Amino acid sequence: MNVPTNLKYAKTDEWVKLEGNVATIGVSDYAQSQLSDVVYVEISAVVGEHVAKNSTIVTIESVKAAADVNAPVSGKVLAVNEGLSQTPELVNNDPYEAAWMIKIEVENPADMDSLLDAAGYASYCEERSH
Amino acid sequence: MFIPHTDAERKEMLQTIGIERIEDLFADVPAAFRFPELNIPPALTEMEALQDVQGLADANESARELACFLGAGAYNHYSPAAVDFLISRSEFSTAYTPYQPEVSQGTLQAIFEFQSLICGLTGMDASNASHYDGATATAEAGILAYHYFREKRSKFVLSHAVHPDYRGVLKTYMCGYEGVEVVGDEAELDPFSGPEHITSLIDKNTALVVVQYPDFLGRIYDYTPVAKAAHDNGALFCMVVNPTALGLLKPPSEFGADIVVGEGQPLGIPLSFGGPYLGFFATRKEFVRKIAGRLVGETVDSQGRRGYVLTLTAREQHIRRDKATSNICTNQGLIALAATIYLSLLGKQGLRQVAELCYQKAHYAADQISQVPGFKVCSSAPFFHEFVICCDQPVAEINEHLLEHNILGGLDLGAIYPSLKNHLLMAVTEMNSREQIDTLCEVLKEITHV
Repeated sequence: MNVPTNLKYAKTDEWVKLEGNVATIGVSDYAQSQLSDVVYVEISAVVGEHVAKNSTIVTIESVKAAADVNAPVSGKVLAVNEGLSQTPELVNNDPYEAAWMIKIEVENPADMDSLLDAAGYASYCEERSH
Repeated sequence: MFIPHTDAERKEMLQTIGIERIEDLFADVPAAFRFPELNIPPALTEMEALQDVQGLADANESARELACFLGAGAYNHYSPAAVDFLISRSEFSTAYTPYQPEVSQGTLQAIFEFQSLICGLTGMDASNASHYDGATATAEAGILAYHYFREKRSKFVLSHAVHPDYRGVLKTYMCGYEGVEVVGDEAELDPFSGPEHITSLIDKNTALVVVQYPDFLGRIYDYTPVAKAAHDNGALFCMVVNPTALGLLKPPSEFGADIVVGEGQPLGIPLSFGGPYLGFFATRKEFVRKIAGRLVGETVDSQGRRGYVLTLTAREQHIRRDKATSNICTNQGLIALAATIYLSLLGKQGLRQVAELCYQKAHYAADQISQVPGFKVCSSAPFFHEFVICCDQPVAEINEHLLEHNILGGLDLGAIYPSLKNHLLMAVTEMNSREQIDTLCEVLKEITHV
């Protein structure tokens, strides 16, 4: 399982990459492996809109199940990965780069503190697979 | 009888919860109420019971014995004998999509054919595998629109000329959603007003506009301006249609409909006291992931052979888990199959012929009735096979008199639109012979002479 150390993670399996005050968000390698083949990605958040922490911003559907992606931080949506709905398989193939989903301008830096670091997330995933 | 537990298992369960007999579970119910004596006659033998029930059944008068001019959403059409024969085959005798659907290729293929026929009829891209009836299918259009706009548009414009029961069910479905407002069918409205008033209600907060085609009063309108107003405001446009009428009329897709729903009963399904019926639901491809129930698709297996699969169940609980917004398990599979067989037997030309017969006979009937003193056809709008007659006396009295002559009269519109007291909604189908129509007019003449 791939858990890059430069990222932060939510317990609901989103990753967050913070650059300045811009958070890029996607779902983890663990999440994509649990979902299996992703067949559909719908980004419901709209650029310019304000999203609250824990609100649904993306819905992913695999051959097994549908899952919601929640905003790990509150803030204004700066960009969404428009192409992802045409190439949902990227969530499986490249979850941390090509399959980024949304960029949010972080409103409250404290939101980041509640997230796990790579080691914490890795052991959290480990726990759940038992 | 299905008895899942053995006596030994039952005893074990009782021991586990620490009681001796099942009756002990009812200890909280006062003894007098536990097994009350029922005021019913003594038991009959099978033979006696059958005779008894047969006697009751014989007291019914059905569309088989009567000349039926009643419609208003359920229509007396001819169903070829092959429909009943084929759906009675044991392979098809279930309303359920199987839980391991791909094992049941025949069922999936039948559903696939149903979807294809509904798409052909409506001109839409995709159809699901059915709803309970026209009312629930219409209500699902509301749910789709609500979620499509992510709860950000709260106004639903519903024409007063949509079937009153469909309007009722749509409102019931929508009442659980916060802030939703359904407008357009206010009671004080003139029932004969056309779709213009609908157009004037559409704004940027409108999620969905619903009209009926032909409408509840039988009228046919060109809905292009309504569709345009809906789309100019970014709203979705839904048409509730009569499938028989589509054999003759311009398909809803050409008006720009986003969602087409309707009651499938006219497609070879018996009237049978109001059910089971069949709701159909078709959309443009864009909305396919928002529709309730399931979609069957055609594909090939690893050896290149044709096969059918459950392609899409995007809102169902085994995919959406706790966030499911649909649970259409009982998809009326058997009734959908009946409609599929009916449409296959009739073919394009056959359905057109049925529609033409309905149209011609209804217009003949309207002409004849309007020549009877005291009765007149009271809408100038073009109609398909249903029309409104205004009369000089209460509809109940007229219908009572008609029934004495073995004629089932039309619907008393006063019960639905208070301003339409003494108005009768008459339906004519291919089942009504010229003799029946002429007899109807004779009896109506008698009534005015009394």
